Amino acid sequence: MKKAEEIFQLLKDNFPASNLELKTDQPTEAIIIASPLEIDKICFFLHDAPELLFDDLMNLSGVDEPKAGLLAVYYHLGSTKIKHKITLKVSTDRNKPEVSTLTEVWKSADWHEREAYDLLGIIFLNHPDLRRILMPYDWDAGYPLRKDYENPEFYQGMKVPY
Amino acid sequence: MAIKTEEMVLNMGPQHPSTHGVLRLELALEGEIITNVIPHIGYLHRCFEKHCEAMTYPQIVPYTDRMDYLAPMGNEFGYAIAMEKLLGIQVPERVEYIRVIMAELQRISSHLVALGTYGADIGAFTPFLYCFIDREKVLNLFEITCGARLLYNYIWIGGLSHDLHPDFVRKTREFIKEFRPNLKEINDLLSHNRIFIDRTANVGILPIDTAINYGVSGPNLRGSGYKWDIRKDDPYSIYHKFDYDIPVGEGKYGTVGDSWDRYYVRVLEMEESCRIIEQALDQLPEGDVQSAIPKRIKPVVGNVYARVENPRGDLGYFIMSDGSTSPYRVKVRAPSFVTMQVLNELCKGYMVADVVTILGSIDIVLGEIDR
Repeated sequence: MKKAEEIFQLLKDNFPASNLELKTDQPTEAIIIASPLEIDKICFFLHDAPELLFDDLMNLSGVDEPKAGLLAVYYHLGSTKIKHKITLKVSTDRNKPEVSTLTEVWKSADWHEREAYDLLGIIFLNHPDLRRILMPYDWDAGYPLRKDYENPEFYQGMKVPY
Repeated sequence: MAIKTEEMVLNMGPQHPSTHGVLRLELALEGEIITNVIPHIGYLHRCFEKHCEAMTYPQIVPYTDRMDYLAPMGNEFGYAIAMEKLLGIQVPERVEYIRVIMAELQRISSHLVALGTYGADIGAFTPFLYCFIDREKVLNLFEITCGARLLYNYIWIGGLSHDLHPDFVRKTREFIKEFRPNLKEINDLLSHNRIFIDRTANVGILPIDTAINYGVSGPNLRGSGYKWDIRKDDPYSIYHKFDYDIPVGEGKYGTVGDSWDRYYVRVLEMEESCRIIEQALDQLPEGDVQSAIPKRIKPVVGNVYARVENPRGDLGYFIMSDGSTSPYRVKVRAPSFVTMQVLNELCKGYMVADVVTILGSIDIVLGEIDR
């Protein structure tokens, strides 16, 4: 079992060119902040390194941060073999939200990423099947979990606000 | 001259009795063999996560009930644990014991529905009725505890809505005493029934590596023979105080990780739940169940992720606070949502009739998938 500081150090040693940051001022777990276009490389390393073996993508959540003009993605990783956990975060520009996909690392990322795309409009680059998932496929009124979202008046001739 | 063949697309659902709710499957067929399955979900989407952002923390509890509507106690438990972790609340010992008893009773009632409907899907209707008799008794126990039979709003942040009914301990012991022989009866009627075995063994085999990579958890992962249970491997509440086993699939009638294994893990798990409940009833301490409930909930800025072992697998809550009385963002990692992705992998190469077998064996609840 490794602590967040040790995992962070390992990442720093293996990705010296990356802009990584460890945030420990959280009320619960520490967060490692990474760059959105490098997250796939970092996660491949976390998944494959024999001393880390993060084989379980526990959760993937998109968050809208309009004040900072950002869309963030939180990754909660766990290992079923070593039983340690880590949280990663990437932030991307709200007007051009692009994050590398993790579907190559964990198959379970597929629907999580589709959901983040559907509800927040985060584009996961190279995702095999980036379609809406919970909302109707022809929903064209934007992304509901964004803070500035407003319901359309009508959807397919039906009144939306009740 | 060779006969010209063409792939056929068959639509299954959303109104289909064995999709367990409103799920649409787009099946691509080569004759009667399945080559591809595309699930279409979202018919039951109720904007749970958006809704949470407009409510205070305690108001969210009843909404969590409505996700996995066969296991509301487990949903509330997970939410309460996440919030208590964020707020740093230590709940009284009695509350922890009652929560564990409720969660395990809920596991029994949820697995009973899973087994009963699974039998009904495959064509054995009688076990369904037998399972529902026992489930009814569990619901009666919940009813005397909190007045509700399906959606409880019982486990609150820091405590419980009601203390136990004076008859609860006696009635629960009676239930377990009656339930054990019934469990044997279900085994004789369904689990070791030749027709049932022929329909489920060697169908929908899920290897461990695939299961983990797809994020499959709970009884489905254990059915593949992997010993992984959040209650043991990432302990929460007071599960470390009890003595129980984690049953895994052994491939008794076929290959490890087939539909029968996933089914039978659930049967064995109910017995383990009975053991936990008995121990918890023996040790149940006295105390006030509402002493730790905070008057006004205003967490510090930050976020939390907590997970519990729900009957369907690893249920996680990601809650983000901006320091106000409402959450900034709530995301639920619903076990069925993640497990559904593996369906295509499981169904490829099997017959159309096996889709029903496989879908029943992974035990999904659409309320949780669509949220």
